[in-house]
Amino acid sequence: MRRETRIATAAIILVVILAGTGYYVYWLSTQGRETLTISTTTSLYDTGLLDLIKETYEQEHPNVILAFISAGTGIAITHAKNGDADMILVHSPSQEYTFMNESYGVNRKIFAYNYFTVVGSASDVAEINQTNPILALQNIYNYGMAHNTSIWVSRDDLSGTNSKEIALWTAAGYNYTELKDLPWFVSSGLGMGSTLNVADEQSLYTLSDIGTYLKYKAEGLITLEQLVGEGQELLNVYSAIAVNNTTVSSVKFDLAMDFVQWVVGETAQQLIADYGVADYGQGLFSPAVDILESESPAQIYGWIRDYAFFDEGGTLYECPPSWQVGEYGLYS
Amino acid sequence: MTVESDLIQITLQSLFVSGSAALLASAIGLPIGLLLGLKRFKGRSVITGVINSLIGLPTVALGLILYLMFSNAGPLGFLDLLYTPIGIIIGQTILVTPIMISVTTETITSVDDSIRDLALTLGADDKGAAFTVVRESFGGILLASSASFSRAIAELGVALMIGGNIRGLTRVLTTSIALETTRGEIALGLGLTFILITLILVVNAGLGLLRKRVQWWLWE
Repeated sequence: MRRETRIATAAIILVVILAGTGYYVYWLSTQGRETLTISTTTSLYDTGLLDLIKETYEQEHPNVILAFISAGTGIAITHAKNGDADMILVHSPSQEYTFMNESYGVNRKIFAYNYFTVVGSASDVAEINQTNPILALQNIYNYGMAHNTSIWVSRDDLSGTNSKEIALWTAAGYNYTELKDLPWFVSSGLGMGSTLNVADEQSLYTLSDIGTYLKYKAEGLITLEQLVGEGQELLNVYSAIAVNNTTVSSVKFDLAMDFVQWVVGETAQQLIADYGVADYGQGLFSPAVDILESESPAQIYGWIRDYAFFDEGGTLYECPPSWQVGEYGLYS
Repeated sequence: MTVESDLIQITLQSLFVSGSAALLASAIGLPIGLLLGLKRFKGRSVITGVINSLIGLPTVALGLILYLMFSNAGPLGFLDLLYTPIGIIIGQTILVTPIMISVTTETITSVDDSIRDLALTLGADDKGAAFTVVRESFGGILLASSASFSRAIAELGVALMIGGNIRGLTRVLTTSIALETTRGEIALGLGLTFILITLILVVNAGLGLLRKRVQWWLWE
């Protein structure tokens, strides 16, 4: 009997310690702070920009915890629809349009842009260097059809980058679904970094966001070259969208709008402009808010408008009036 | 890089989450394992068979099922467990409880007959005989707990899908390794991997020492 008492005592002490630790952790993490859950795309998160944004924002707003859930644009939107995220930071205008059109999202703000880039090994067998994206894809297609060896790797994961790739293949005159069955077309199903590794190992071409590419290149993980760079077709636009609290009642709408206002403000825009300059010799993202307000430089403004604005009644808007809620001074 | 300053916090979070899961799984699994090991009843082999196969449950599948349950759009959404450490603890507990039950049952069954008969011959009652069996299989039960802990701290699917890898809240060692690898910080990922492996080794070695102490203590 004495033994059993001892065992019981030991068990109780263990449980008390566990419960104590658990309560302590809970107490630490709550302490009157509110959590804003933001579902975001991997290309923003993996560059480390959002870590910097989190630190800065939490310093300025000590009662808020920014919780970033990093996933592809597709799953980020699903999280938001399920009410598991209060807002989204994504880069796929067509998917964003559907999301907002189903009345899940309101108050969209474009806050940054950069360019996708077509990368490949330096030998450049399909001769796409210095061409334009459309011609490059046509050359790759022709080379693939002629040689039947693997030449292109696609993420094929419905991410924002994958959406862009599908749009580019369509613009070049091919059907993405049919391309996937061709022997020279590799579907990785992986994130951007892993896909770059696949392309590097097997000397394939692929489409990458500039941030992940520069990071991998700077770390010496890949030897791929940037073959087709900037240009209207390769534009990549990042927007913030708050989840509509009339459709999804559980979301923290006010907290989300605070953050949207902050991210288009001066501090955040400067942060975005400077990010990566020291490490990579060029910024990974360009702030978009000033360009949209001043409509200059006219060329970039035109590109963003044509690519990422939504049509309502024949006019193009960053966020159509019927999807704007409340007065937050976001739209001029 | 940001992770270095968070390293201690991530390691402690991993220990806390997976340690809690292993303890909870032990608390749930031990009685069930004892019951299955000591008693003979109809349907017992079916139950042990099902539990044995649940050991192989893919973590990503469990993560997906739990995400659908814990999501605000899911049946348990009101509990607000998604993206919390408590959510991961629950998920990992479900994941490792079958290991706890299975190993306990097996170890009890393997000492059962001879020792139990001996205890009964020496004049112990049923309860006393059962206690003798448990004492004899203490090593196996401890192995079950340490295996549960190792599986919990080494799994990725549940921690990623239920925890969301939120920095400072639900980031654990395995999700950090996955993140740093996709970020191209291979060296950092490798460093985290060594920490994880070291932790598993230390905990298992610690439990090995504990086993000798406690067994000695149980015998007096």
